[in-house]
Amino acid sequence: MNAPDPAATTASPPHASFAARAHVALADDGLRRKFRRAMDGLMTKRAAQFADTEAWASLRARGAAIRRRALARLPELLEQLEANCRKNGITVHWAETSAEADGIIEGILTRHGVRTIIKGKSMVSEEIHLNHFLGEHGIGAIESDLGEFVIQLAKETPSHIIMPCIHKSKEDVASLFEAKIDGQPYTEDVDVLTATARRVLREQFAAADAGLSGVNFAVAETGTLCLVENEGNGRLSTTLPPLHVAVMGIEKVVEQLEDVPPLLSLLTRSATGQTITTYVNFISGPRKTDEQDGPREVHLVLLDNGRSRIHGDLQLRETLACIRCGACMNHCPVYTRVGGHAYDAVYPGPIGKILTPQIEGLGKAGDLAHASSLCGACGEVCPVAIPIPDLLVRLRREASHAIPSSSVMGAGAQHSAVEDWIWRGWRWMYATPLFYRLATRMLRLIGNRLPASLPMLRDWTRVRAKPQFAPRSLHDLARDRGYHDE
Amino acid sequence: MIAVPEKPKTVYFFGTCLIDLFYPSAGLAGMELLRREGLRVVFPPNQSCCGQPARNCGFREEARAVARRQIRSFPNPWPIVVPSGSCAGMMREHYAELFAGEPDADEAAAFSERVYELTWFLVHVCKVKLVDRGEPVTVTFHGSCHSQREMGVRDEPKALLRELDQVTFVDLQRPAECCGFGGTFSVRLPEISAAMVADKVADIETSGADEVVSGDCGCLMNIAGAMEKAGVSIRARHIAEFILERCHERA
Ligand code: SF4
Repeated sequence: MNAPDPAATTASPPHASFAARAHVALADDGLRRKFRRAMDGLMTKRAAQFADTEAWASLRARGAAIRRRALARLPELLEQLEANCRKNGITVHWAETSAEADGIIEGILTRHGVRTIIKGKSMVSEEIHLNHFLGEHGIGAIESDLGEFVIQLAKETPSHIIMPCIHKSKEDVASLFEAKIDGQPYTEDVDVLTATARRVLREQFAAADAGLSGVNFAVAETGTLCLVENEGNGRLSTTLPPLHVAVMGIEKVVEQLEDVPPLLSLLTRSATGQTITTYVNFISGPRKTDEQDGPREVHLVLLDNGRSRIHGDLQLRETLACIRCGACMNHCPVYTRVGGHAYDAVYPGPIGKILTPQIEGLGKAGDLAHASSLCGACGEVCPVAIPIPDLLVRLRREASHAIPSSSVMGAGAQHSAVEDWIWRGWRWMYATPLFYRLATRMLRLIGNRLPASLPMLRDWTRVRAKPQFAPRSLHDLARDRGYHDE
Repeated sequence: MIAVPEKPKTVYFFGTCLIDLFYPSAGLAGMELLRREGLRVVFPPNQSCCGQPARNCGFREEARAVARRQIRSFPNPWPIVVPSGSCAGMMREHYAELFAGEPDADEAAAFSERVYELTWFLVHVCKVKLVDRGEPVTVTFHGSCHSQREMGVRDEPKALLRELDQVTFVDLQRPAECCGFGGTFSVRLPEISAAMVADKVADIETSGADEVVSGDCGCLMNIAGAMEKAGVSIRARHIAEFILERCHERA
């Protein structure tokens, strides 16, 4: 078998801006069709789950409150989580940065002489670029989630946080398997493809020295790690190898076990329209003396990577309520058109647009905050009611204004003097009635004669007719018809 | 949920900047529909724009200065009726946050409470009864994102269209999907916006409608412009204009 190359990472497309990457994505008809079909399907399934709008509203309010409560007590809960995990025999590590997390994980693995790890699905491991880092240190990481397995084979990155290879059709997977797996003929039979992946992965499970997983929720009260998945690969990764390393962002903590069921219900129904996933794992420690299976050692790595800073800002803190269901991307009209890779970020779609600029800074990722028509579909479906459009507007402001008190890195990085002048002029025109009257009269006189080749008009008129100024304004007509009198 | 007020004697009309320059007939039709319900309609001459474009781009001071101008222009305690769910959403939902900590925050909040979207106002406050005098026609409706999600206006436009007995209403396949206008979005990311409006036009075409109406002129400018460029001969106009014409009274 040609095992996936663990050190492989995809080079991101060599385009500087979101607009440039979107241009490339939009030219790919097949890609657009695939996303449209997939997202339509997911939206329909979710809608069926939440057909009862009152029940949805009350469950959502519950989920939102649970997350806000946990965030309000975050430092305390993390300490409690640490203490209870230790009591359960889990070793807890704290990582302030991605590099620190990578180092900690590599240290644990090296101490145990690990050469190969098998991984369950984990977005945080993508965030810290773990596979690449381990590869550089001679440790192979094999993705066991079917979607992750496929993209690792293809040397790509995930294009969705729940369905990492949603950008691939079964034909794509068929060709990929034919090219990369020894003795595998081209077949579009999904069952055969799945069986092949399973066969390859079983060999890897047996050979792996350690398993790595993410965490969906960590319960402070009991020191329990909760993990949801559909394929059983996560369960194999966390029980078969003698060593299990879990990695999570510090915001994933909840107060008590009772908090988990409502969140689980919101998560799976929002994500894939499932009432519950096939597997829900509750991990409370390494194998006990009287137990038949489970790892001998369990480690938990708690990653900050900018989260404390986000947490310190009461408005931006909302970002951390996210339970990574992906519903916002499934419903985002921009994501649906360009797919996940155009964002060139670990977290694409609406949540990525607010999270990435906060983690990586506005200089690097500030333009993502503009990758939205502010239609509000994301905020509407978010199961924990994160006001994503408001946060986008907040980040837009800080991207263009060098506000000294800003809690976001790189405030003012996207500042443009031209834009400043445009808005200053806009204000002058719309806040001064006399100027407004003069300016609109001018516009109506010359507006229809403006050439369609003017910068802003050019883009508009590429696919649309030029709007025509009316011969008389509503202001004039309203006066004529006596609507002015008070 | 917005509470339904008593039917007043007088209402203010906010025309919106797009209607003022490009679609004044939509504004006149809106005012006429209200006048037909026995209301005195006042159009304050110093109004201009709700301030949404600047607010959405993060230019708060500029947005606030323009918003303040509107607040001052509507001094009496009458309801303010807006023929655009998007501008109404801005004035109703975002002024509080825009004016937080400002000396006139209370004034802004009191202003916001008086803002209503036109079709909502016609249905819930005026309880209009429409008499259709037009020829049979098939019509579809495009609801703007903000009218649906910020103002909660979903069924009202359809209810109005269903009152017209010669009008066959057909819904879109994706009635809640953004048309791709998004104000400055269409200029900043024109290609994505173009892809979105192309899909919206296709949706309108497959609906089989002769005409598409909307309560928002921003969307209309985008959709009608795209249809014209693509040679799709489906008429597009503001719902107020459509309804008024059906009732045989031209603005
Ligand atoms: S922001 Fe909301 S909708 Fe998006 S992934 Fe997070 S929880 Fe899900």
